[in-house]
Amino acid sequence: MTIAPTLSVEGLSVEFRTRGGTVRALESVSFSVEKGETIALVGESGSGKSVTAYAVMGILDPAGRVSAGRAMFGGLDLLAAKPSQLADVRGREIAMIFQNPRTALNPIRPVGRQIADVLIRHGNVPRREAPAQAIEMLRAVGITDPTRRAKAYPFEMSGGMCQRVMIAIALAAKPSLLIADEPTTGLDVTTQAVIMDLVNDLAKELGMATIFITHDLALAGQRSSRIVVMHAGHVVENAPTQELFEHPLHPYTAELIAATPDSAASLDELASIPGSLPDLRRADLPPCRYSERCPRRIDACAQPLPRPAPGASHIVACWNPLTAKPLAMRTPTESAA
Amino acid sequence: MSDIAAPARRESGLGALVRQARYVISENPVTGFAFALFVLIVLAAVLGPELVPYDPLASATSEALQPPNAHHWFGTDQLGRDVFSRVIVATRLDFFIAVASVALVFLMGGLAGVAAGFFGGWTDRIVGRIADTIMAFPLFVLAMGIVAALGNTVQNIVLATAIVNFPLYARIARAEANVRREAGFVEAARLSGNSDWRILTFQILPNVFPILVVQMSLTMGYAILNAAGLSFIGLGVRPPTPEWGIMVAEGSAFMVSGEWWNATFPGAALMVAVFCFNLLGDGLRDMVDPRRRT
Amino acid sequence: MTMLLDVADVSKVFPVGGGPGTWARLKRRFAKGVQELPKVHAVDDVSFVIAKGETVGLVGESGCGKSTLVRALTRLIDVSDGTIRLGERELSRKAARVFARDPDRRRIQMVFQDAGESVNPRFTAFDAIADPLRRLRNMSGRELTARVEAVAAQCGLPLQLLTRFPHQLSGGQRARVGIARAIAVEPDLLVLDEPTAALDVSVQVVILKLLQRLKREFGMSYLFVSHDLSVVRLLCDRVLVMYLGKIVESGPAASVFEHPLHPYTQALVAAVPRIGEKGAERLRLSGEPMSPIDPDPSVCRFYSRCSRAADACKITMPALRRFGERAVACHFAEEFLPKP
Repeated sequence: MTIAPTLSVEGLSVEFRTRGGTVRALESVSFSVEKGETIALVGESGSGKSVTAYAVMGILDPAGRVSAGRAMFGGLDLLAAKPSQLADVRGREIAMIFQNPRTALNPIRPVGRQIADVLIRHGNVPRREAPAQAIEMLRAVGITDPTRRAKAYPFEMSGGMCQRVMIAIALAAKPSLLIADEPTTGLDVTTQAVIMDLVNDLAKELGMATIFITHDLALAGQRSSRIVVMHAGHVVENAPTQELFEHPLHPYTAELIAATPDSAASLDELASIPGSLPDLRRADLPPCRYSERCPRRIDACAQPLPRPAPGASHIVACWNPLTAKPLAMRTPTESAA
Repeated sequence: MSDIAAPARRESGLGALVRQARYVISENPVTGFAFALFVLIVLAAVLGPELVPYDPLASATSEALQPPNAHHWFGTDQLGRDVFSRVIVATRLDFFIAVASVALVFLMGGLAGVAAGFFGGWTDRIVGRIADTIMAFPLFVLAMGIVAALGNTVQNIVLATAIVNFPLYARIARAEANVRREAGFVEAARLSGNSDWRILTFQILPNVFPILVVQMSLTMGYAILNAAGLSFIGLGVRPPTPEWGIMVAEGSAFMVSGEWWNATFPGAALMVAVFCFNLLGDGLRDMVDPRRRT
Repeated sequence: MTMLLDVADVSKVFPVGGGPGTWARLKRRFAKGVQELPKVHAVDDVSFVIAKGETVGLVGESGCGKSTLVRALTRLIDVSDGTIRLGERELSRKAARVFARDPDRRRIQMVFQDAGESVNPRFTAFDAIADPLRRLRNMSGRELTARVEAVAAQCGLPLQLLTRFPHQLSGGQRARVGIARAIAVEPDLLVLDEPTAALDVSVQVVILKLLQRLKREFGMSYLFVSHDLSVVRLLCDRVLVMYLGKIVESGPAASVFEHPLHPYTQALVAAVPRIGEKGAERLRLSGEPMSPIDPDPSVCRFYSRCSRAADACKITMPALRRFGERAVACHFAEEFLPKP
């Protein structure tokens, strides 16, 4: 008997009303994350990865609207839930951490109190015991001298420390799902390593599922067991990490790998991705939003994309995927072909 | 950062401004209404004196204190002058006072504030002390004092209004300049060979101006009210010049005896003008924000 | 190789402490001699050279002083000590305040990290590129327009975008405007302060290749400041690693990253996520960084977080020592040298 996934997003579509028209930001996005698993949502700007997280959490911009789909979390469809149900689930069962910790923290409240607030509201901790537990949380996220730091304000702390505080707040009520939206962008690479170690360790300890949103493919590869690649509001590929790097099937994934500086030995080897993102306001968007810039386009690409086989481990939304040839045997020009 | 650029737009500054004005007005009917009203006021100011039925200064004591009727829409005052004509003609003077005060305070306060915010040091301290000194007085009392000392001419009323508003403009301008002082484009301007003065004038000021413009529309309303207040205590414009404030002042004496039209119509005009300027300020803020919002 | 830029013993200190109020300010001004004030040593005794046509990378994390160093080099601020020599001319002697009008101003230009911030939001792309030409080259009229259009074309910026404002351009297009503006006056040295940090990976590739091409075409030298080691490795001939105001390591980019000698560089390189490397051994930096305020001149700046720290590190500040093309400031550098 298999355990149901912690979160299962099915056919999520989101639109935004803007002055220039309706932006179809997401279309039929589906993926799931199991208990204890860490998956990464990877994509460039405009891919819709953050919008996905915001839609699931119910914090979309007022101009945005979920036009289709479900997000099943423990039997509850988050997208159809009543605000009171959502308020109970958010913070207690699902937590989110953001890119800029300073904007996520209340600047006029000591950090210890902010953690205590969550403990009281969601953690069912009695008011008297909350401050002490808050100090323990600070210690758990690696802040030295937590008793003194609990009284500090966010502006007195460095970026890395603020990020740790945000993690403490997120994990205070021991959620079963953590969504991390670019949590280390803007941090030094050494701080990034430490923060990501922390998140991974705590996730393992709590048996928590994690959705890690990032534009950094290498970082995603290092920290997650499965990668979901997004492009222009679509999921284009979904595979276990190792397999994705060794046998990328979607042309966009291969191009993304080839464009990452890390993968090349010299600047000439680095390939840029042809074309540019389509305008998501267009009414005549092709079913495959990558097809207009894809060097592998065939006639079939004008058809709606193939449905993924249920239960498949490596999903690709493409009529002409790359052959599963080991990466090592491919020359740079072939990778782009 | 997405590589999608905004759709192409013809970029003449004025054309873009007009287009955005039209967008803001269409989105927000209240602003549209305020804008229409503003145009009406300007028309009254410019064309009013030519089009009014009666000479605003011509007194005809035989017709004094007539209530509003077919010949005199707003009635007549104690000297038989047509109130309607006087109200319309007064628009020009009040509008002038508003515009002149605002222009003066923008120059004085805006430039001083920007210099203080950009250079810091002694410039900042001196401007700060001047602003503090002005703010130490109850503002209306200060205006009274200035006009009483220098004589109650229109120029002095304008000057008094400008001085009284100086601290506000200086503070806003200073804050904006301070924020931008370390901005990337200021450093880039230095690298491009711009001296400090050029940076102040061509880089900082154009960015500060839009924010002050919003304040300026609010100050216009205040300027008219200020002049009205001064007139009420006899330190405003001298009779028989038609000006809303002094009309309200003179007319107030007749309210008790039942001749309400003397004070009410100019008072209503005052109210409408100030209301219009305030609404316009809100709309201007939307228009002038360089970041387009969806 | 001809030397283009010679930076010798440059230091920059900022007095600090007491807060922003008037009382604190007076205390700072009139305290018994300025020597008594606590100071932040943002840049401490930094020396290096850049040859003509060379690309030198400068890496380091936040607080290491690279921004301050860069601003001193580009003469936006003055140095507290040391000299900056560009070719024959010693630049540090002229105050930063008046350097804007100096004839040598055009020889060092900078490309900023966030092109959106570094272009005046009220200027069109054309105005932004034309400004240095007007001020430093006295160009105007048709000559100016021709030059702006030529530079824009070289940077891959379509001409119709020149009339747009920064917020109407994409990130990549803004980056090109920033580059065009900087190279318009044909500088000898171009300082690039994280020029691709805010860009998507695909756009980054295009911009990096553009920078490479421009460098070859114009024979400029680059000082490429970045925290992204993978990018520095691809673009730079040599690299300098800074920590808390000091240069701790330098050498050819490839060998510094393959075989870092300084413990900090080792931690830095180990922390960079690499594709396909999952369980890479990670040297975690524990401990707090030392304070840059009035640091003890005899204690190594990296002491508090170093995995190799020993007593010797508390007694003498390690000097930058040469090992062939490499230089390392660590007492134990020999231990890390590649075995022959």
